[in-house]
Amino acid sequence: MIRRGAVHGAALILVLIWTVPVLGLVITSFRDRAQILETGWWQIAAENRAVRAMRLDPGRGDLLVPGERLIGWGIAARAPAAFPPGAVADLPRGQLTVDAQGHYRLDVPGPPTRVFVTVASRPQLTLANYRQVLGDPGVWAALGHTLVVTIPAVVLPVLLAAFAAYALVFLPVPGRAVLIAVIVGLLAVPLQLTLIPVLRIYTALGIGHSYIGIWLAHTAFGLPVAIWLLRNAMQAVPHASIAAARIDGAAEFTIFRRIALPLSLPAIAALSIFQFLWVWNDLLLATVFLGSTPDRQVLTGLLRDLLGSHGGAWQVLTASAVVSIIVPVVVFFGLQRALIRGLMAGTAED
Amino acid sequence: MSGGALTAVIGPIAAVVLVCVMWFRGTGWLLDRVGSGLRPWVFLGPSVVMLVLWLLYPALATVWASVHDADGRGWLGARNYHWVFTDPLARQALCNTVVWAIVVPTTATLIGLFAARITDRLNWGGMARAMMFLPMAISFVGAGVIWKFVYEYRPEDQAQIGLLNALLQVPRPWLMLPGWNTLCLMVVLIWAQAGFATVILSAALRRVPPPVIQAATLDGAGDWARFRRIEVPHISGAISVVWTTLFIVSLKTFDIVFVMTGGQWGTQVLSALVYDLMFRGSADFGRAAAVAVVLMALVVPVMIRTIRIAGQEGR
Repeated sequence: MIRRGAVHGAALILVLIWTVPVLGLVITSFRDRAQILETGWWQIAAENRAVRAMRLDPGRGDLLVPGERLIGWGIAARAPAAFPPGAVADLPRGQLTVDAQGHYRLDVPGPPTRVFVTVASRPQLTLANYRQVLGDPGVWAALGHTLVVTIPAVVLPVLLAAFAAYALVFLPVPGRAVLIAVIVGLLAVPLQLTLIPVLRIYTALGIGHSYIGIWLAHTAFGLPVAIWLLRNAMQAVPHASIAAARIDGAAEFTIFRRIALPLSLPAIAALSIFQFLWVWNDLLLATVFLGSTPDRQVLTGLLRDLLGSHGGAWQVLTASAVVSIIVPVVVFFGLQRALIRGLMAGTAED
Repeated sequence: MSGGALTAVIGPIAAVVLVCVMWFRGTGWLLDRVGSGLRPWVFLGPSVVMLVLWLLYPALATVWASVHDADGRGWLGARNYHWVFTDPLARQALCNTVVWAIVVPTTATLIGLFAARITDRLNWGGMARAMMFLPMAISFVGAGVIWKFVYEYRPEDQAQIGLLNALLQVPRPWLMLPGWNTLCLMVVLIWAQAGFATVILSAALRRVPPPVIQAATLDGAGDWARFRRIEVPHISGAISVVWTTLFIVSLKTFDIVFVMTGGQWGTQVLSALVYDLMFRGSADFGRAAAVAVVLMALVVPVMIRTIRIAGQEGR
């Protein structure tokens, strides 16, 4: 059926548009610097051409390194492939012969003779970029800083929001409607609006450019979404079971810990993944509240610096990007079901 | 990692987690000792304090700073706002931000709707949605690196290593062409967010009751009519949630512009302008605050609508 084919085709095109750029990054990260700068990543299978100038001593020898194919050779820079493999060149004081395998014989006495060789080589994928990146203590330090920022900045807001959501759903809070309206309103506040005063408070307290500062910032900025998601989840907890526990004389904290928390675990899991992705991938708060000095720089900051150094170390840039992306992608794919289930709970209450 | 570095990583994390556990336990202890009137505040207190100190108070302080000069001492009235609306660069940032906030959520929602509809009919649809959802896990900085290899430009006589220029006959420096470059940057955000729209809308589509669709089919409605007249109205709630979420994300966009063009060549947006005014060159907190307040003003209509919807739900 044509319609069915069109649906398959359209879906395939969408998936290609969405994955090809990522594929480009991954492939580029396995190419060496010269290849990255000379050909596009999609030409990974195409041969690279290169011209080399060499000085040959009289006698026999080899012009090629393993993996290369001889296209031609010459004795002038203007014509580096003037002679095909196997040809004999007459020089003023003798002869030069080069065969297809790159073996040469030079019968010219005296000082070395200049020769130009044009070669093609199959591009080799290399792990050198990763060896360089993973051998760099700076990258490990950035990974460590990212971890130090991320873990508390996920645990804290989830814990706080669970407490707050419980109170908003199950306890008699005076002015509950206003409180919820304020929290929903804060969902939309751009962080930029708050940066300056928060930074001033931090400077006054002496916690500007410290982990405590960024933990608290991520916690506070994550709270509106977190409270909102968990409030929706806890509304689905059967009120009857809470009421029954109260009648049995259970303490409020026991009800929270034994009934409300376990029943909203899917939402808590989704929220934790979300907050994890957001904190791990954040650049703005890390730049403002942690700074970008090497002793505190996080992975996104490191990438930003590499991206800023123009045309410089692209092989390092791509490998570092893959390293920084791999953790959230693995977390994401591993926990995708939980994430989507939690998203549904938070956004589709109609 | 050396032992010292490992301690430096694990130490702070362990300390915070320990504090959390103690606080969790301590709350139980505290709850047994306060009157029932105070109990809600044991649960809510810490969150409320944080929201007030980190969001509410700073927002008000920023409004105050926006009518004062660079040092925050002299009263300027509306002069900072006058600057935002008359300075060519600031106006450009404002225009770009408005374009972002309209184009990105709308395009991403439409793509999401289309992708959700077609992938729902395929046996490999879940896989396709996962692939489109993947960029959600990638940082905007990472996305910047990824798209660098799409937009990269070389002069015409050299081999192109950017995918876009390789596909086109005539290479152009996309990120430096005013107008085109903003479009290129918006494509990155659409790419990053469309998967979110797809997943949410696909789930919403599956909740449309089958009898409704069957009835429409019996009445002779074709695929397209059924989609437009039955399914889309049915999931209008989810569509509006997706659009609103993406609208806010688009307004806040900072990283993509910051790392890909640094706001040069006419790509500046308000959120990156705030950063520039705060931290680059001679800091002017007054102007930065005014820009932030303008950014906030763009969100307010959506915010009021969300609050109203949330209020109806709560009832």
